[in-house]
Amino acid sequence: MDLDHGADDLFEHAPCGYVVTDRDGVIVQANAEFLRMVGREADEVIAVRMLSSLLTVAGRIFVETHLFPMLEHSRVVREIDLDLVAADERRVPALLNASLVSPETGRAVLAVFIEARDRHRYEDDLRLATRSAELAREQAASLAETLQKTLIPPAPPHIPHLDIAAAYRPAGTGREVGGDFYDVFQVSPTAWIVVLGDVSGKGVPAALVTSLVRYTVRSFAIEHPDPAELLGQVDAVLTANETRHYCTLVVARLDRHDGEWELALSLAGHPPALLRGPGGEVTELGLFGTPIGLVDVPGFVTVRHRLQGGSSVILYTDGVTEGRGPNGMYGEKRLHELIHGLPDDVHAITDGIARAALDFQNGDASDDIAIVTFAPHR
Amino acid sequence: MNLSGRLNVTMHGPVGAPPIVFVHGFGCGQVMWRHVAPAFADDHRVVLLDLPGSGDSDLSLYRAERYTSLEAYRDDLVELLDELDLTDVVFVGHSVSAMIGVLVANAAPQRVGRLVLVAPSARYLDDDGYVGGFSERDIDELLGLMERNHLGWQDPLASLVAGAAPADVKRELEDSFCRTRPDIAAQFAAVTFRGDNRADLADVGVPTLVLQSRNDSVAPMAAGAFIRDHTEGSRMTVIDTYGHCPHLSAPAQTISAIQEFLEEH
Repeated sequence: MDLDHGADDLFEHAPCGYVVTDRDGVIVQANAEFLRMVGREADEVIAVRMLSSLLTVAGRIFVETHLFPMLEHSRVVREIDLDLVAADERRVPALLNASLVSPETGRAVLAVFIEARDRHRYEDDLRLATRSAELAREQAASLAETLQKTLIPPAPPHIPHLDIAAAYRPAGTGREVGGDFYDVFQVSPTAWIVVLGDVSGKGVPAALVTSLVRYTVRSFAIEHPDPAELLGQVDAVLTANETRHYCTLVVARLDRHDGEWELALSLAGHPPALLRGPGGEVTELGLFGTPIGLVDVPGFVTVRHRLQGGSSVILYTDGVTEGRGPNGMYGEKRLHELIHGLPDDVHAITDGIARAALDFQNGDASDDIAIVTFAPHR
Repeated sequence: MNLSGRLNVTMHGPVGAPPIVFVHGFGCGQVMWRHVAPAFADDHRVVLLDLPGSGDSDLSLYRAERYTSLEAYRDDLVELLDELDLTDVVFVGHSVSAMIGVLVANAAPQRVGRLVLVAPSARYLDDDGYVGGFSERDIDELLGLMERNHLGWQDPLASLVAGAAPADVKRELEDSFCRTRPDIAAQFAAVTFRGDNRADLADVGVPTLVLQSRNDSVAPMAAGAFIRDHTEGSRMTVIDTYGHCPHLSAPAQTISAIQEFLEEH
């Protein structure tokens, strides 16, 4: 081939398939590479075939529903992945660029096809890999949900002479295991433990720590009736575990004496419990303690309180107070005012707090929310 | 946001004039009507919209489990006509939206006065003697083809994961009106091409115009003729053009065919 060739030669011998169609889509020019790709002679194609007849049926639909509207709008389309159909029915994967010949000639186009077999194989591999990654992600998410369900009891157990309600709202989409949990269980014929906590971090590693903490609390609770002592034991176990996760906890032990509930409560780096008195007044309950598994010298204090008729105790995680909305952080003050105004009923209080915390963040919680409310049976 | 906002409704023409609603088909959004709709804005209230999942509709409201059949689109459009309180509407639907128009007219006869079906097909798949023009395999291939051609769509999550997108990735493509989120495009394609609305034609009780393109490989002449023959009070006008979008390839003829129909009915 002469290097000093003219435009016709450039068209004819270009290393990509060139096609020109008239306004009716009939091929009026095609070069050697295009004819090679479709495995046909010039006289079988030029002035005989419509370009669309050399595409798959699916390709024709795509051209009609997408490419022509785009061509008509912008006069050019680029990087379209289409199969040509060769004379022997073989599919020839190709990349297409096309432009309108001129505004006056309607659908007349100049099209360039580049064979793309290798690229196709590579992309097919990528698509397969993407699909299996998606599948794996879905399986992980579903595993996480299952795990979460084992950590959050569906409903607190029935306890004689005590009303109790609980709520749990996962952060965001809820597809990831959060660190909040609660548990309610019996330790003697007349005594119960209510525990609520927040493990740092998220995902399966955090869930394993949640599980460890929950069962450690359960196994030491009978032996250690004092909540501060119990927290000391849990701290030792978590420290020995060498996990980088720590947690905050509130442990409340309820003993039934002479027709009344005695409350013993201890905090481990957790927000104080809230006591709602018979008149709706809200006070904090509990003294600061160190988080579990975080410091070398832990310290916990038990406070005791006799629950009066008409009062309620609310345990919550910081997902309630630290939720951010357009008006800043929800905060303790708003929470106290809210609880003051809620009806005197453990379910109304629990649901009211959960709803207010979510509404404040426009329904999209940035952190998990866990709430447990209990009160002497009304 | 109300439904008009979610479906990116735009309105032109005198308030209170007889309403004409243009609904785009599978592929691109309301911009498809840009050569035709303005011709009606002198004496009509022209309403344009993007179907759920298409064009500039609010994608956060697209739920895959809802849009599994044309009935979901019908319900949205009936709700939209209620919201806008339009009556005696001229419903102009292209391609799949021609059939959505049939469903809307049947479900809300108090709202729709006339139907204009542009390049319609009541059934795309060949079926026991009926020639729709396509096989199941063709439709599977179409879904594969669409998976390979995102037309510039970029998953906002993927770009987040990759960090700040370089400027050339962020470039806005002019043809955003044909760019649809890939999973939505695939579902809409499946709903469109696997649907069968032949039985709905018998219930049409309003004057109907079938606008048939002379050479349409998606909705061939036989598909238009089938609709004319099975829709009482319908007529067919053939537009001498190529392709599935006569409103793009032959806007003047499309406009005059619709105007003629509106004058007579």
